Amino acid sequence: MSARRLFLAGLVLALALAPLVLPPQFVTALTYIGLNGLVCIGLVLLTGVAGMTSFGQAAFCGVAAYATALLTVGQGWSPLASLPVSVAATALVALALGALTVRLAGHYLVLGTLAWGMAVFFLFGNLPGLGGFNGITGLPAIAIGGVAFTDPRLVHVLVWAAVALAMAMASNLLDSRVGRAMRSLPAEIMAESLGVPTARLRVAVFCIAAILAAVAGWLQAHYVRVVNPSPFGVNASVDYLFMVVIGGTGQLGGALLGSAVFEAIRTALRDVLPHLFGRSGSYEMAAFGILVVLLLNTTGGGMMPYLSRILPKPAPVRAPGSAGPLPRRERAQPGQALLEVRGAVKRFGGLVAVNEVSFEIRTGEILGLIGPNGAGKSTLFDLLTGVQPATAGEIRLEGRRIDGASPRAIAGAGVARTFQHVLLRPEMSVLENAALGAHGRGEAGILRSALRLDRAEEARILFEAQRQLDRVGLGEFAAQAAGHLALGQQRILEIARALASDPKLLLLDEPAAGLRHHEKARLSALLRELRDEGVTILLVEHDMDFVMNLVDRLVVVDFGTKIAEGTPASVRGDPRVIEAYLGGAEA
Amino acid sequence: MNATIALILLQDGLTSGLIYGLLALSILLVFLVTRVLWVPAGDFLVLGALTLAVLRQGEVPGTVWILAGLAAVTAIVETWRAWRAGDWRGWPRLIALVVVPSAAAVLATLWLAPQNAPVPVAILLVLALVTPIGFLTYRLVFRPMVDQPTLTLMFVAVAVHYVLTGLGLTAFGSESFRSPPFLPGRLDVGFTRLSYQLLIVLAVSAALMAALGLFFGRTLWGKALRATAMQRFGARLVGIRTESMGALAFTIAALIGAVSGVLIGPMTALYYDSGFLVSLKGFVGTVMAGMASFPLSVLGALLVGLVETGASFYASPFKEAIVFGLLVPFLLWRSAVQIRTRGKGHE
Repeated sequence: MSARRLFLAGLVLALALAPLVLPPQFVTALTYIGLNGLVCIGLVLLTGVAGMTSFGQAAFCGVAAYATALLTVGQGWSPLASLPVSVAATALVALALGALTVRLAGHYLVLGTLAWGMAVFFLFGNLPGLGGFNGITGLPAIAIGGVAFTDPRLVHVLVWAAVALAMAMASNLLDSRVGRAMRSLPAEIMAESLGVPTARLRVAVFCIAAILAAVAGWLQAHYVRVVNPSPFGVNASVDYLFMVVIGGTGQLGGALLGSAVFEAIRTALRDVLPHLFGRSGSYEMAAFGILVVLLLNTTGGGMMPYLSRILPKPAPVRAPGSAGPLPRRERAQPGQALLEVRGAVKRFGGLVAVNEVSFEIRTGEILGLIGPNGAGKSTLFDLLTGVQPATAGEIRLEGRRIDGASPRAIAGAGVARTFQHVLLRPEMSVLENAALGAHGRGEAGILRSALRLDRAEEARILFEAQRQLDRVGLGEFAAQAAGHLALGQQRILEIARALASDPKLLLLDEPAAGLRHHEKARLSALLRELRDEGVTILLVEHDMDFVMNLVDRLVVVDFGTKIAEGTPASVRGDPRVIEAYLGGAEA
Repeated sequence: MNATIALILLQDGLTSGLIYGLLALSILLVFLVTRVLWVPAGDFLVLGALTLAVLRQGEVPGTVWILAGLAAVTAIVETWRAWRAGDWRGWPRLIALVVVPSAAAVLATLWLAPQNAPVPVAILLVLALVTPIGFLTYRLVFRPMVDQPTLTLMFVAVAVHYVLTGLGLTAFGSESFRSPPFLPGRLDVGFTRLSYQLLIVLAVSAALMAALGLFFGRTLWGKALRATAMQRFGARLVGIRTESMGALAFTIAALIGAVSGVLIGPMTALYYDSGFLVSLKGFVGTVMAGMASFPLSVLGALLVGLVETGASFYASPFKEAIVFGLLVPFLLWRSAVQIRTRGKGHE
């Protein structure tokens, strides 16, 4: 058993036995830490993992709490029977709200959830049948198989069992195909280009967070046996956010640490401040705010990173020694036209960035697209990858039109790309970054991943990722954080990630930019090797030396127009190309 | 509902809408220049209103001690920062900026407040006391964090809101305040009777907005602020000190908050923690304008005020829910725009 497992087992055991030895007020505090921790796990997934945030988590707790109150007190249901209904109701509300706002993300999501939290709070207080601001009383205690959870110590155990389950499922989820996709959400363009349906996945994460809040709301409702609006207002939502900020949004453990520290600070302020200032209550809020400001000023990442240094480390994700193959794409014969561009035009207002450009890429070749700065290369690249729609013209992949398709659809059709400004998830390992490339080749969903039923497929994905890393020469760095690689290595990692998708066509956007001489040489050798293995490559570049010795054919653009096409030798002697690069005689 | 009630509701809605509009301006200004979501906007309004109410009772408002404490802490912290960096060049000027206006406002208030200062003097004292708090907040809290992610800045803004609300509680206690009206009654204009309060709010906010418009359009500082709002990095390249612009934006935001507080003081009873809700309504206004346009934000806020007044007449318990529900169609629209343009996303 690893040190980490031992530590976790000890923690669970200590929490389970705590009520036997601790005085009641500590048990109550621990129960609340668990309840809040449950909500915070969802917030860590939302904020730390998916890069969104919500000021409405308490409202989600409230929806479930009120739902179960209405069902148990009003309809006579048992609490256990009302759990799935209450959670489903909350998830539906989250689905509607998420579909509305998560696409906007950023500040709109913040304000959307804030407004929603406000509106729901006032609805709780004012809707007929919800008991106004006094709420609904007389909720039954939870009963499972004849055992009624009336004793607070039993509730404590139940709450922490739920926390343990949620932690296990959440960490399973993060360590999976879907989890990697979730962690890629903050870099939307990158995620889409890897075939991740970002909008849908955002809504899914939003719903997961809401479901965790709903479970906490249900537990709390049957623990205190009363439901009223006050614990479900925006202030409570802000408290949850502070908890995860204090704990650190980068790791799941931050949720529980933050929840515990928050409770401790609040208790301490409540007990200590009156001694210092003689008046009770009124300094608490200001002091708390000052503490949070100080904490954020000194540690952007919360307290969890400090704790992690002491705790046993989790084992890094490693690829298995062998695994079955992932599905592969069918490939055309070498020499056939793979990608055809016919009369592509892109206008920005009056500016024609790409003007009637036509060319084709044949299976098994390296084609270079070159031109001076501002020639329209990057715009052309955007058209090919679906980042921008073409104003006119056609782009076909194996005869099927892909102009106007989304980056995700183009990725799905077998076109993989790299980025001019490297887009990796720096905190994820090299292996995990490469595995992101194989996202489209797996299908395990959220539930399967959370329940660990995805291991066979996961092994195949990781094996494939490792294979591509070995292929490009990064195999030994698999366990390192991608952010620790040198720039040249990061570019090569992007290529490994692209290869992991088993692409028909590899598009490289200025792969040599910013590389040192020996790095360029290495890259050049790698690309030649890949070509010899049958990979088709289009690279956009303005580094002439790099391109000339590498590519089979060249397309040269200047001022948005194709001015030459052919082998490097023929293009090199073309007077129009020389003029474009060195300036015309009339200038 | 008959025409008389409709006209009165319209007036009420416009009055509160204008005040939300002023806050919306301060929120947008701070957001565009510093990327901080200015959650404490409403706290400045409350500080302004409660300070005025206490001054008009002829007492010394607790704001004096908030400002004095904040200025002292800022002076100490800035001295410590200068000492640690070993760089004393900007220090004397900075300390003067921190200490002089605050000390002047505090001393003037301590001297004038017990003498039951006339209303215009009381208003000037309010502005002098509340405005520096914005500047000090920026120096103390936000300036060292300029490079933090937007999300962190937002959490800090919420924490600052907590601090200001907590300080408000210690300074003013938990009871409500309402200043006496500047001019009671209504002006008969034939078809209806306009409340003087509306006319004052209208005149002051129009003057303030015009002044801001002139400032942004005609002065070098205003243009520099606009440049910073549009493109921080570009502004830096042409020699604009974007950090000074942050300080300026916070100062103006605090001034706007104080003015709105003075205006709202006689209209409604306010508590130390009333600010948050008012901020949110300002936010609804700015969000409806896409968090980009000053005039549209004011229009959005006016709509919030009108809807709120209408809702409180028809469905009083649901007025807040209805106001925040206003965002839904807007969000739908933005969402549709987002899908259609599906453009370049950045991290």
